Amino acid sequence: MTVESTAARKPRRSSGTKRATGKTAAAATQSAEPQLVQLLTPEGERVADATSAEFAPYVADITADDLRGLYRDMVLTRRFDAEATALQRQGELGLWASLLGQEAAQIGSGRALRDDDYVFPTYREHGVAWCRGVDPTNLLGMFRGVNHGGWDPNGNNFHLYTIVIGSQTLHATGYAMGITKDGADSAVIAYFGDGASSQGDVNEAFTFSAVYNAPVVFFCQNNQWAISEPTERQTRVPLYQRASGFGFPGIRVDGNDVLACLAVTRWALERARNGEGPTLVEAFTYRMGAHTTSDDPTKYRRDEERAAWEHKDPIERLKTHLLASGGADEEFFAALEAESETLGKRVREAVRAMPDPDTMAIFENVYADGHALVDEERAQFAAYLASFEEGN
Amino acid sequence: MAIEKMSIAKALNESLRKALDTDPKVLIMGEDVGKLGGVFRITDGLQKDFGEDRVIDTPLAESGIVGTAIGLALRGYRPVVEIQFDGFVFPAYDQIVTQLAKMHARALGKVKMPVVVRIPYGGAIGAVEHHSESPEALFAHVAGLKVVSPSNASDAYWMMQQAIQSDDPVIFFEPKRRYWDKGEVDTEAIPGELHKARVAREGSDLTLAAYGPMVKLCLEAAAAAAEEGKSVEVVDLRSMSPVDFDGVQASVEKTRRLVVVHEAPVFLGVGSEIAARITERCFYHLEAPVLRVGGFHTPYPPARLEDEYLPGLDRVLDAVDRSLAY
Repeated sequence: MTVESTAARKPRRSSGTKRATGKTAAAATQSAEPQLVQLLTPEGERVADATSAEFAPYVADITADDLRGLYRDMVLTRRFDAEATALQRQGELGLWASLLGQEAAQIGSGRALRDDDYVFPTYREHGVAWCRGVDPTNLLGMFRGVNHGGWDPNGNNFHLYTIVIGSQTLHATGYAMGITKDGADSAVIAYFGDGASSQGDVNEAFTFSAVYNAPVVFFCQNNQWAISEPTERQTRVPLYQRASGFGFPGIRVDGNDVLACLAVTRWALERARNGEGPTLVEAFTYRMGAHTTSDDPTKYRRDEERAAWEHKDPIERLKTHLLASGGADEEFFAALEAESETLGKRVREAVRAMPDPDTMAIFENVYADGHALVDEERAQFAAYLASFEEGN
Repeated sequence: MAIEKMSIAKALNESLRKALDTDPKVLIMGEDVGKLGGVFRITDGLQKDFGEDRVIDTPLAESGIVGTAIGLALRGYRPVVEIQFDGFVFPAYDQIVTQLAKMHARALGKVKMPVVVRIPYGGAIGAVEHHSESPEALFAHVAGLKVVSPSNASDAYWMMQQAIQSDDPVIFFEPKRRYWDKGEVDTEAIPGELHKARVAREGSDLTLAAYGPMVKLCLEAAAAAAEEGKSVEVVDLRSMSPVDFDGVQASVEKTRRLVVVHEAPVFLGVGSEIAARITERCFYHLEAPVLRVGGFHTPYPPARLEDEYLPGLDRVLDAVDRSLAY
């Protein structure tokens, strides 16, 4: 496994904030040496090398207030995630897919988006959902088993969670093709993981988006593990390099550096808006927890590996930076701690109060225009249920 | 133009043209649908008239075609997707079954999937492997999909109009061996309901139920049976999901005998479901068990054997005789 903990060694491109042609960008991905965009070291220090100089302009507008906002997003997301894990252990949820460790990748990319952009998540993008303003309790319905999603995707331009791996990358591409047809300058971001990179659908999405020059950002969170299989079981090249074969740029970013994720995603979105087509962003991160609450990582990975990633924690490095730079004081952290406890309580109470759906909901929304067989079976089942009520 | 005689292929082309003309959100997508007009020329001339932005030649990847069509539908478009041949739909089967069919329910009704998947299907064209299959039961089995197949030019025209207007995904099976059969199409008629069966020939002794390419065969069988003094009714099912069981029931209550015919394998086919449901609904009306005529539980055979494999006039008449012998 290639673990990048230091800043990239040389600039990927020389175009700065200017447009890069597909050709030069693609050429940049030919390097055999994996590179990593990083703006904030694990020790919380701003990186000052050529690569960071290239991407730093994309976060030049970020104030201390904004940094505190990103920090707050990550802390609250982690608190929500921990609460959901606890709720699963208490039997309130059937399953939970934790995002622990991936907060920076999700908040950094999520905060790069405009309201009119559209998100196609996997089932682990709780942090992105937070950025989009989706009420976190809405994410829990499917894990509790009261629905299969159920929030209005168009309410926050945040599509439903997709469980079949990689399918949503094609939906994202089609949606992006529609944006182009509409003449809009919105963009789409498709989330997926290192495991999904092996799926045919992801590779078809790369092909379609490339030949139609669709405004889509493929945001791969390489968290090193697809349940029990390491990234080496999915690829023999760094994943971001896959893009070059499809004719668009790929870039690896420190997925535990919220500032770098924000900068790189803004860059990729800008390319999309400028008509430069798709970009593959590989956010190099680590799944600190299990795949889901049903998984047991002790069967397939060493504690030392997880420990090595602990010091790269996305939240701790920003906290160190905020403290060192005077961007936040202890009062801020104390207030945030209280806020996160309030969020945990709210989520807990909301889940426990979440009612089971009505039995007849089985038959609802199967078709938009109705279906004779569903109508017939609904009536038969209702009569069957009623036969008990009548004491027959 | 009001009433015109045209082939099924031409009727489909005219219907797609009308849809493109009347609704700017309608898109045609598929392999070779643009300049070539599709391998069967169903989309002939459409790209020339409506542009590459609306009649879209896609990369050669069926899952990608359906998957991006889903995304376009989420953006408000109404894609009409062509799968080049029946046997090529399976790379897209995952997107159709796990995404297209379930998206509306997953979203608790908040999104709709007005996507039509056109599939030329069925055999008798002397083709190589994977070009002659009838996989309709594999789609009819999936809740969330609607499955239809026209048997004549008028239905081809109007059912395509209705499929495109539907807010549900419709798998539209086109009887490729009948593409060049001509019939009258009234483009100003008020069409019947998309999912209602139609009595194609009235009779009193037995009902033959079929759809798509087998309707013509059943009409031929009914004519042959008439020469022997047997009065056979032919019901064109038109829709395999939902099936118009009321329509079939009405016919069977009159004739008391039913034979279902399709090219697809008999085992767990659409005919099996019709046999079960009609037996339930018409148990005291039936004079004979519901019989089925169709393909065998084998792969579709090489073309030199397809005349034996496919239901033909004699196989249908044999079933008619067996039913009447009860």
